[in-house]
Amino acid sequence: MQPFIEIINVSKSYSDYKALNNVSFNVPKQSIFGLLGPNGAGKTTLIRILNQITAPDEGRIMFDGTPLSPKHVSMIGYLPEERGLYKKMKVGEQAVYLAQLKGLDAKTAEKRLKYWFGKFEIGSWWNKKVEELSKGMQQKVQFIVTVIHEPKLLIFDEPFSGFDPINVNLLKNEILNLRDKGATILFSTHNMASVEELCDNIMLINKGKMLLEGSVTEIKQQFKNNIFELAIQNFSEEIHIPDYYRITYCDKNQNGVTHLKIQTDKDTDSNELITSILKTGRLVSFQELLPSINDIFIKQINDKNNSQI
Amino acid sequence: MKIGIIIKREYLTRVRKRSFVIMTILTPILFAALMFLPTILMNNSEKFDKKRTIVVNDETGFFNGKFKNTDVHTFIFEDKDIESLKELVEQEVYDGILYIPSTSLNLPVNAKLYSKKALPITLSSYLENIMKQELQKQKLLASGIDPALVKAANVDINITSVRFDENNEEKNIYNILEMFLGLGFGLLIYMVIFMFGNQVMSGVIEEKTNRIVEVIVSSVKPFELMMGKIIGTALVGLTQFMIWIVLTLLIYSAGMLAITPHEMISTGMMNEQAVTTDSRQMIVNAMEMANSINFKGILFCFLLYFIGGYMLYAALFAAIGSFVDNETDKQQFVLPISLPLLFVMVCCTMIINNPDSSFATWLSIIPFTSPVAMMMRIPYGVPYWQITLSVALLVVTFVFITWVAAKIYRTGILMYGKKTTYKEIWKWLKY
Repeated sequence: MQPFIEIINVSKSYSDYKALNNVSFNVPKQSIFGLLGPNGAGKTTLIRILNQITAPDEGRIMFDGTPLSPKHVSMIGYLPEERGLYKKMKVGEQAVYLAQLKGLDAKTAEKRLKYWFGKFEIGSWWNKKVEELSKGMQQKVQFIVTVIHEPKLLIFDEPFSGFDPINVNLLKNEILNLRDKGATILFSTHNMASVEELCDNIMLINKGKMLLEGSVTEIKQQFKNNIFELAIQNFSEEIHIPDYYRITYCDKNQNGVTHLKIQTDKDTDSNELITSILKTGRLVSFQELLPSINDIFIKQINDKNNSQI
Repeated sequence: MKIGIIIKREYLTRVRKRSFVIMTILTPILFAALMFLPTILMNNSEKFDKKRTIVVNDETGFFNGKFKNTDVHTFIFEDKDIESLKELVEQEVYDGILYIPSTSLNLPVNAKLYSKKALPITLSSYLENIMKQELQKQKLLASGIDPALVKAANVDINITSVRFDENNEEKNIYNILEMFLGLGFGLLIYMVIFMFGNQVMSGVIEEKTNRIVEVIVSSVKPFELMMGKIIGTALVGLTQFMIWIVLTLLIYSAGMLAITPHEMISTGMMNEQAVTTDSRQMIVNAMEMANSINFKGILFCFLLYFIGGYMLYAALFAAIGSFVDNETDKQQFVLPISLPLLFVMVCCTMIINNPDSSFATWLSIIPFTSPVAMMMRIPYGVPYWQITLSVALLVVTFVFITWVAAKIYRTGILMYGKKTTYKEIWKWLKY
């Protein structure tokens, strides 16, 4: 399937440093794509290039098969990390204004906004000034104006910051909903838990360079350490297991269950491991330990930074 | 057009502000009140006052029967001594006593006007006037000169400035009026450029500090946002002028109807004796003066220079707003760009005194100073080629400045928390 967004050899320099250095990756259609990286890695620059706020020095961007151009502006919804609305303007009026800037006519905008305001239970705030709203409410309004023109590409920069857990859940469901309706979602975050929960694909960037890219499951496979976690009832230590299974952790608890961590070689078949281990006792649970995206993130960034020193 | 949506928002939010409504409606009313209220008040207070009776004790005997009774004053001559007259004032039989002690013709007259309550200042000036005339007459008679001869020898000198043009059409010139108009319009354009320029700047700063700018520039080009803001604010200014002009005309005509020449007299604005002819003459003069000025032309030039000058400076103000975060930084950058206009204001007397000097001409052609300097010169009459040249230069400059400002603006609005230096701005220009 053709990727929805293709970033091809994109570079961007500011006067004294390289914000993006030959970055290429694809965002598949109707997926949630996580853009990860420490502060100052180049995420914002990349997002601004996609929003056509700035232009790349080199490279191309394809949007659904055509080169990115101003006509795509109305197909993109952008929620920046730094939220902001006109404080003195009325909520409804402001939402209509921002929707109009994205190319909706006032009537359609109003109709859709009423629907969303109802859904987020903020309908009664239509005629209030933004400064009278709580921070969470302002965030809701901002989210609504981001999606109001039903964009094909949604760019969320730290969408969950500033929301309470209940609203984070509401938002997550909305994001998944939007994807199911056909939107492609790009989101940049430091919240690794939400990445594992939501993202289909990720890419990791540091100091303008891309470190890795791929689907979340693939990347986890790629970085796994071949450690299996097992729980065995009546574990007998006398029975020999092959040497290439290294037991890295062993803890026997009161009701006769022993927890083990076993590290194996790269190409070990888990069935083989189970066969060997079954002799030692009754298997209660078996699971391959995969690294969290958080671990991969920290390890990758640190490795890179250390290798440069 | 997206720029249209931006202009509409800028316009509507500003026009709906309470401060705008108050400023627009109150300014002409306040101004008119300042002009007319004193006259109306004085006038009415005299109407309600009872007629005053002044008793005159004239020891010289020169002035017997010379003071004429008027609508507001009656004069009675009595030879009673001051103390008994004071008694009568105390009892409110009379309102005042004019005591003229005996004196010889060669000595000054030291008359006294006694009263319990304050008497209008016009009364004493009227009395002085009559007494002066009377004594002069007496003195002339004493020297054997016929006062009628002296009266006949009085001459009036009037120099009327007349300017003529190529078609030899003559026009009377009223220098005072031209001066007031020149200063007035110069000051007005100076004020509005700064007022509306500042509004553009604070609008930009507002968008930047509450971070909405990032959302907006993801939908429209920064240039469109900047121009939308500048144009929207300009329309607010034009709306305000229109309302001001209409309101001023309304109030002015209402005021003129309320204050008839007759009432101007009683407030001492004119000599009581020469009421009818002088007041008529004055109205004729005023109309002639007004007709001598090409108001339509001046207003047209005002609009032209307002738009040109405002666009030029508003673009600069917008650029500054895009990269300053706080008040102190703002001043550092606003001062240099205000200098040209400040300079013209400092030089305004030089321009007004000699509007055709080469200094004034240059100031009115150089784009950064021309809006104010030219408006000061225009009431005096300026050759068309100078206006054309100056406007053309202004347009070229504002297009160039807008282009430069847009470059600064689009980088500046996305910079957060960094102190900007001139060196950095120079770099942005080269991107």
